[in-house]
Amino acid sequence: MAGVQVSNVSRSFGAHKALDDVSIDFADGGFYALLGPSGSGKTTLLRQIAGFDFPDSGRIAIGGESVERVPVEKRRIGMVFQNYALFPNMSVADNVAFGLSVRGEAKPVIATEVQRALDLVQLGKLGGRRPHQLSGGQRQRVALARAIVTKPRVLLLDEPLGALDKALRVDMQIELKRIQREIGITTIFVTHDQEEALTMSDRIGILRDGRVVQEGPPEEIYDRPKSEFAATFLGDANIFRGDSTGNGIRLPDGTAIAAGVGATLAAGAKASCAVRPERIRIATDGGASDGNANTLKGQVSKRIFAGNNSTYFVERAGQTLKVIVQNTGADRLAEGQDVVLRWSPESTVLIAAG
Amino acid sequence: MAVEGAVASRSGLRSALPLLAPAYLWLTVAIFLPLSAMVFFSFMTELPLSGKPWAFTLGNYAAFFSQSLYLTLLLASLRLGLEVTLWCVVIGYPAAYVLAKVLKGRSREAIFLLVILPFWSNGLVRIFSWAMVLRQGGILDTALNAVLPFKINIDLMYSYPAVIIGLVHSYVPYMVLTCYLTLQAIDDSLIEAGRSLGASRLQVLKRVIIPLSMPGLVAGAALIFVPVVGSFMEPRILGGRTGTFYGTVIEDQFVAVFNWPLGAALSFILLAVVLVILAVASPVLRRAA
Ligand SMILES: Nc1ncnc2c1ncn2[C@@H]1O[C@H](COP(=O)(O)OP(=O)(O)O)[C@@H](O)[C@H]1O
Ligand SMILES: [Mg+2]
Repeated sequence: MAGVQVSNVSRSFGAHKALDDVSIDFADGGFYALLGPSGSGKTTLLRQIAGFDFPDSGRIAIGGESVERVPVEKRRIGMVFQNYALFPNMSVADNVAFGLSVRGEAKPVIATEVQRALDLVQLGKLGGRRPHQLSGGQRQRVALARAIVTKPRVLLLDEPLGALDKALRVDMQIELKRIQREIGITTIFVTHDQEEALTMSDRIGILRDGRVVQEGPPEEIYDRPKSEFAATFLGDANIFRGDSTGNGIRLPDGTAIAAGVGATLAAGAKASCAVRPERIRIATDGGASDGNANTLKGQVSKRIFAGNNSTYFVERAGQTLKVIVQNTGADRLAEGQDVVLRWSPESTVLIAAG
Repeated sequence: MAVEGAVASRSGLRSALPLLAPAYLWLTVAIFLPLSAMVFFSFMTELPLSGKPWAFTLGNYAAFFSQSLYLTLLLASLRLGLEVTLWCVVIGYPAAYVLAKVLKGRSREAIFLLVILPFWSNGLVRIFSWAMVLRQGGILDTALNAVLPFKINIDLMYSYPAVIIGLVHSYVPYMVLTCYLTLQAIDDSLIEAGRSLGASRLQVLKRVIIPLSMPGLVAGAALIFVPVVGSFMEPRILGGRTGTFYGTVIEDQFVAVFNWPLGAALSFILLAVVLVILAVASPVLRRAA
């Protein structure tokens, strides 16, 4: 087992910079999610770490050992592909045995290890089947068993759950997390699903156009996004744009919004504030104004009921704000109703204009 | 459900009949009729068209077994077929691999065209151009002597290697095409998966790519082996006196000796032998694949 250090890695295809000076430290034994929209360079970064492709510049180290000149087969990594990439000419057991067998392990050792790996992914009885006789979720498990049976130093997964339907996806997320914890392997998990990234990983790196936008534990990125992109890509956020007042912003119409967290900015600079929809309280009256809360008036334009909560869309000065309210049984607001929105400065993140 | 399905498939067949009819008509006229005529001839003493009296006989088939020459020639032809097929694998498979997995875009198209070109050129033109290349004082001889500091004599004309070269050149496109198609269908991520599991390129080739491209190799081998065993043009023109094979003997019966019944009988013996070989080989190859 080992950590992975990616330092100042760049990779271009023609004029297109797929990776632009990327540096991330993947901690030993951690579960790391690489999150970003399609085309942001996630796969490219994973391929540099795996050794299928090589950076134009920068350094990559696995377990402290520099691997730029090490070919894929010597890097001792495990990789799970989005399309599973199981060998169709081999049985499930032979697929899992492949890595041990090319390494020249003894037959009895291989048999034991393969069985252990198949048991780990709960496919102990299916070793004799062919890949085409398995369901999508089962194939995914075989791919995982095949990748970890060789005891690699790092496990790389490129959108491994992308091809599964929602229910199976959630099952596999739990399963994958269990297995990762059980063997304690450094895991780098590529996804474009923000929920998946939030629920599974210890740390998240958000990529955009080949650059790392923000990097850190899920709570930190969610509570203190450093850019509008990070705020809106990971979770939902209401964004206000205006001029910095040092501890908040002033909107074009003169309304001040106080921010308790985020960047320290000189007054007068262009800046934004991000507020999560579930942090905003919504009321019909002007009463109960608690001291320093941010307050805005608006009108409900739409309500979407989702059982455990409702999302209200509130129109205010040409901007649509989102507010999520837990279903506590209290009176619901009708569309067209005038409302007052309140939230604390501690729920407001000040962001430098990007 | 089952009944409905059967009805549906039968009505599907009925609606497909007009589509199938031309194919069956063509098969009947172009293959079945002439072939049955040949089967008929092979049991006759004389060709009925010649006007001489004729009778049924097994003599033409007996001739094969009474003279060891025919068996010797058949074995030589089978060996020729095997060698040409092997060379086609050795040359065609790597070419197909490069086409399918290494080259992309325009360069792939260009190389593809080069591979297909012999396909489109007339067989005789192809063979006579080889004759010009291979003979003493020919293109190969002159070119090598122009480059090399010492004098060598290249005269491959009228030799076994010349026959092999000509046949391999004619038939290698089949191998390239069938292997290209199966290699093309192999997902690149399988190769990457193999390497990520610690296999070298060679190990991936041996354990993943070759087994998965077996159907293409088998199809190519069948497409090449069968006609090469019966070939006569390349052996005759490039082989000269060394170019006597089973196929040339059959050809002689038809164009020189005018003993069509014997020629027909010899062809059907060849057909039977080839079918037996394919029948024996196919389960083995299927298991390998
Ligand atoms: N082999 C390649 N040749 C040319 N462009 C490539 C290649 N691989 C990736 N790219 C480009 O690099 C960018 C990032 O791709 P990728 O890493 O696959 O994104 P992601 O996995 O985040 O969707 C894309 O614009 C893509 O078109
Ligand atoms: Mg990708």
